Order: sequence, then structure tokens, then C-alpha cells
Amino acid sequence: MMRMSYYPGCSLEGTGKEYALSALSVCKAFGFKLTEVEDWNCCGGLSANKVDPTLGLALPARNLARAQNAGLDVLVTCAACYNRLRSAEYALRQGPKQARMIENLVGFSFNKAIKVYSLLEVLSQKVEAREFKVRVKRPLTGLRVVCYYGCLLVRPPSITGFDNPENPTSMDELMTRLGAEVRPWSYKTECCGAMHSVINPGLTEALVARLLRMAQEAGADALVTACPLCHTNLEMRRPRRAGGPPCFYFTELVALAFDLPETLSWLSRHWIEPVSLLRRLSLVG
Amino acid sequence: MRVLAEEGAVEMDLGFLAEVREQCLQPIERCFHCQKCTSGCYLSEYFDYAPNQVIRLVQFGLREQVLKSASIWLCAACQTCAVRCPNGISIPEVMDVLRNMAVAAKGPVAGNARLFHGLFVGDIRRRGRVNEALLLAWYKMRTRQLLADLKEGMILLRKGKLPLVPSRVKDRKEVRRIFRRLEETKRRYIIR
Repeated sequence: MMRMSYYPGCSLEGTGKEYALSALSVCKAFGFKLTEVEDWNCCGGLSANKVDPTLGLALPARNLARAQNAGLDVLVTCAACYNRLRSAEYALRQGPKQARMIENLVGFSFNKAIKVYSLLEVLSQKVEAREFKVRVKRPLTGLRVVCYYGCLLVRPPSITGFDNPENPTSMDELMTRLGAEVRPWSYKTECCGAMHSVINPGLTEALVARLLRMAQEAGADALVTACPLCHTNLEMRRPRRAGGPPCFYFTELVALAFDLPETLSWLSRHWIEPVSLLRRLSLVG
Repeated sequence: MRVLAEEGAVEMDLGFLAEVREQCLQPIERCFHCQKCTSGCYLSEYFDYAPNQVIRLVQFGLREQVLKSASIWLCAACQTCAVRCPNGISIPEVMDVLRNMAVAAKGPVAGNARLFHGLFVGDIRRRGRVNEALLLAWYKMRTRQLLADLKEGMILLRKGKLPLVPSRVKDRKEVRRIFRRLEETKRRYIIR
């Protein structure tokens, strides 16, 4: 049984709610025992390090201090939170000068006993394929997907390191385990526009339009995501009423294949309605 | 020494390269402008100076030009260029330092990115966590575009994706202490 600290992050209480719910359900199905990081704070998102690089490390480090008290490795679902927490862990491990500064700001001393993992990393590398095999009740036969990793899950590799930064494959392998048909495409790690969704919506729309066009060209019915911001941008920043391929969090598809009971309730929260596609493929009743 | 820039001959600020280099610890002088960064940049078509040109401006000590450029605020820090640079330069980290310098110089900064990041960090300082709904509302108010995205906001609300009661850290003093200590260690730290 895997015991870990769980870091939700702010977006998973808001726009990424169904990501949080599905992630927790999937972890439960595998029998993970998760304890929420006690009194966790925002990791600083994409903004803190842009205002001040040291602040961008000190804020996630406070969460590491708390996970260290619990003595458990940290599991992170959101790609941005994962990147920030890993960056802090990296700085605390590798840079003695930087580490001292961060420790002084937060008021703790890092003992290097805990590590930060992304949920994608844990499910694809720490859980064996047969653990999936015994749980798949409803193989995703006929569902053609492209996996969209975005930036922060795989870059920079010195910080993330669990997958290839140019052509990551962990999510592809996971989807194959579930019985889905994974289409190759070369836009796996292209940027969705991130916070420009708020600052420059037009720019984000152009980036998203290209991603959707390429997904369709690759023959995909849907995109699979692992980041609440990518997911929101892909759904919300497409031309109104244009439709196009729906998006799924990878955890939702795991839950669907495992036939977990709450799956449909998460899908109803999506901006681009995904259920009719699943119905067409007889993947939901 | 002077260099020919877009606006004519300008004086090179030779200390600038050393200053940026010292703060970001990136080997900026190694850049030989292969433009691998620029050709792979998803946003460079919106930049006023392409990523390698930003580096060029720093190499030439054109402080003013680079600090007022829109590029440093448009970079989404997606890290693609950093992965590909044959000289091991992380341009996003150079951008971080340039943004900091632009803010410290108190000159005009391009676009609304600085406002957004300031509001985001302000939210953390107040509550320890960020509430997306409040942050967006504040941002729209400050940029006077309340009507933009109103429909989107309503849909998010209906789908239960915008919690109206903001979640907070219990030990907010501890979070604020991080900010305060940082202010003490650095000369100044600017929000808003």
C-alpha cells in the first residue's frame, strides 16, 4: 500500500474540481492512503516566480516543510503545482546557498527525506501494468485520443525528469493500458498559453485553435490532459459554438475504464460536453 | 562604445550584461544566435524582440530597449527554449531577472502581465491561497473590462467551478512572515 502526502492546490478547488475528484477516486481504487498536506498554501502558481524568483521557491517550500513533518512523499496532481514544488525540492537539494535562503525564509531545515511526485509519474511508473489490467472493467475500445502533456509536467527535465521533455510517453502508455487508441502527434508539449488566457485571451485562442486542429488532423476524438490550466484553456478558449474534440483529464479516463461510479458526475462539469462521444462509442450506458 | 540599434546609434551599457549574468547565473555570453530558441518558441510571433534578440540586447548592453520590451512580459516560461539551447542558457531565467529589473527601474512596463502577477501574489499574501473567481474579478475590474468573460464566468459558476467562499490558510501569519523576511533580505519587493 502506498502512503503519501497529497497536495491539492488552488485550481483543484475551482476550475479543476473534476480533476481533483477523479484523481482521489483513482487513488482510492488503487488503495493509496493519502493525507492532505496540513494547512497547505498556494505554490505561487505561474506568478510568484515572475514577481520574485526567491518567493517562487519559498512559497512551495512551506508545503515541503509540512510534508516533512508528516514524513511522507508528496503527491501532486496539478502540473503547475508539481513543477513549483519540485523546483523548491531541487533548490533545497542542489543549491546550498539558495537552500539556506529558502530555509531561512520559511523557518525550517530540509532533511532531504521526502520527494515530490506527480500523479502521472506514480500511476505510470510506480503502479505495474497488471494492477491496471485487473481493474479495467470497461476497456476504452474505439476511443481515439491524443495525449497533451503541456509544459510544466516535463520541463525543464532537470526539475521534472520522469519523462522525455520532447516526446513524453507516460500518459500514452497509461491510455494504452486502458484500451484506448493513442494517436501519434507532435504537439504533446506545446504551450496552451498558460496565464495569457486572462491577460491576452486572443493570443491563447490562437494557440488553442492550432492544438485542436492538429489533434483532429491526427485523427483523435478527444484530448487527454494532466493540468487544470491546460484543460480550461483548451475548452474555454476555443471559438464559441465551434465544438471540436472534447477534453478529458487522464484520471477521468482511468475512472471510466475502471467503471468507478462517480465518473459521469465529473464529466457533467466539462465546458465541452464529452458524454455524447462516449455514448456513441458505447462507453457509457 | 556605441552600437547601431533600431533607433540609431546608442551607447552600450557594458555593465548591464555582467549585472544580468550575476543575477540569473546563466552563461548569456555563450549565445551564438543559432535561433533554435526562436524557431521553437510558440509565442515569438507576438514578441517585439525574438528570444535570441532579447539575449542579443543584453549582450550589447542595451538596457533600456530590453527592459521596456513586450517580450519579457509575453514569455510564458514554457521552458521549450531552455530544453533546446545548445549552450545551456535558460532564457526563462534570464526573463525572470529582466522582469525584476524592469519593475525596479520603475519605468513603464508593457501589457497587463505585471498587474496580473501582482494581484495573484497579493491574494497569496492575504489568504495564503488563490481564489480564481476573486482574482479574475479583481483583474477585470482593474483593467476595466468587466464585461469580457462575464458569460464564461457565469458558466463556471453554474458548473460549481468557482467556489464563492475563498479557501484560506489557517496559519496566515506564517505565510506573511515569508513575505516580510523576503522584504527584509531584499531591498524592496513590489506588489501592485
